[in-house]
Amino acid sequence: MKNSLTIFKKELKSYFTSPVAYIIIVVFLIITGWFFTSNLFIAGVITMRSVFDIVPFILLFFIPAISMRTFSEERKSGTIELLLTKPISDFDIVLGKFLSTLALASMTLVPTVIYVISLKMLGPVDFGSIISAYIGLVLMSGIYIGIGIFASSLTENQVVAFIVSFLVIFALFMMNKVLIYIPAPLVSTLEYISSDYHFSSIARGVIDTKDLIYYLSGISILLLLTKTSLESRKW
Amino acid sequence: MSIKVENLSKFYGTQQAVKNISFEVKTGEIVGFLGPNGAGKSTTMKMITTYLTPNDGSILVNDVDAQDFPIEVRKKIGYLPEQNPLYQDMNVIDYLYYAAELQSVPKESIADSVKKMIKVCGLDEVKHKDIGELSKGYKQRVGLAQAMIHNPDVLLLDEPTSGLDPNQIIEIRKLIKDLGKQKTVMLSTHILQEVQATCDRVIIINNGDIVADGTTDSLQRSFQGQLSIHLVIKKDPKFGKEKLISIMESIKNVDKAKIVSDDDNSWTVDITATKGIDVREEIFKKIVSSDMVLLELHQEETSLEDIFRKLTT
Repeated sequence: MKNSLTIFKKELKSYFTSPVAYIIIVVFLIITGWFFTSNLFIAGVITMRSVFDIVPFILLFFIPAISMRTFSEERKSGTIELLLTKPISDFDIVLGKFLSTLALASMTLVPTVIYVISLKMLGPVDFGSIISAYIGLVLMSGIYIGIGIFASSLTENQVVAFIVSFLVIFALFMMNKVLIYIPAPLVSTLEYISSDYHFSSIARGVIDTKDLIYYLSGISILLLLTKTSLESRKW
Repeated sequence: MSIKVENLSKFYGTQQAVKNISFEVKTGEIVGFLGPNGAGKSTTMKMITTYLTPNDGSILVNDVDAQDFPIEVRKKIGYLPEQNPLYQDMNVIDYLYYAAELQSVPKESIADSVKKMIKVCGLDEVKHKDIGELSKGYKQRVGLAQAMIHNPDVLLLDEPTSGLDPNQIIEIRKLIKDLGKQKTVMLSTHILQEVQATCDRVIIINNGDIVADGTTDSLQRSFQGQLSIHLVIKKDPKFGKEKLISIMESIKNVDKAKIVSDDDNSWTVDITATKGIDVREEIFKKIVSSDMVLLELHQEETSLEDIFRKLTT
């Protein structure tokens, strides 16, 4: 755990010493800000819905972008060899990198609290559903980051890592949107696999254990897969 | 602190990179791991650091099995990988702190050990710079500093002086030699002078096999006697190449004659004679009596270079 923390700190710092974190945060705020203000001023509705509807789409691109370098860069520069010959377990490394990327993703959400505050000044706000939507976004980011770092651990090419994780995340996201084309017996399974299905259920304000289990088990499986992929050097 | 390797084998797919090798490195010894590129040096080192797992055989670092207790073994080892990979966007001090934390140096002594390494490796001038901005020599020192930050008993250095200028090479060698007094050092290289300058012992490896193991002196001694004589003879239309060779090989105690170069007006011939016998006089007489013109004759002692070439080609 202590080792994960060391890696966590180093990775998070490296996001902020390079332009990555700033670009991500600024672009994220511009996009969500556009949807928030246009809904507020043009449609005249006091709601966070428009923001929470668009964020899952932004995550499709953003998560692969921030997670693609986690392992690919270390593999390319060879520093992975330094890391893997330190007296720390492979899982500590995976966990540290996962948490630092999740922290960055959560930090990009933090400034959007300003939207909530400004809504509060204008009228009644349903805090319960807003808080659970934030929790849902963090969980969704978590499972996407799991996919992202797993893809990153498979290749030393960041572009390949980006495309692979984007495709997988996109498939996961789209699964509950293509149900009409799917034979009936498969519908409920596909719906359960879909990340967006669980998010919309949480965003309604209901944190169901079914949804929590989906996200947490998904994240665990992906972290273990990443660990296995690191160990594959020994095969 | 010793390294003991027994019957180590490693396959990459069907290709066997390391073939059943065994050796031992004792405390306070500096061992040079010598071999042409692709001989299996790095692979062997990577297995000792537990980065790779051998297909067969065992590695004991201070009697601890590297496969069963990788974390324990890694704590004792300082490792400088080939190409010296570093985080280019970190500055030197941050990087050394990071390395120290990962090596589980106790929190209260991290600052001290970083300070010490900066001093030992001469990094004081550049300690606040980003690693990416440093010259190759400084980067190499940073690599060494991170390898030694936790004061390991065993140092594994994979080509520690590659890409350095001659002055830096001498400095790094001196550093390694000083360190070697208390630690067990194993360094791989394909530069022969390096071994002669720094190592107590040489292990020569070729195609995954150990082909020689001993002190530089003892290797030279065991190959001595195999003297090689170098001749330059003026070209003469009377003699063809075959004739020349047959004349040379007809001399008593000459095992083999070989034309190594053939230019416009001379032949260069290398002659190998039977161990321990000086054939220079005979050669001279033969050349004179066959009416050839001798331009040059000298005897070469077997250098480490020759031994290396003989064993690895």
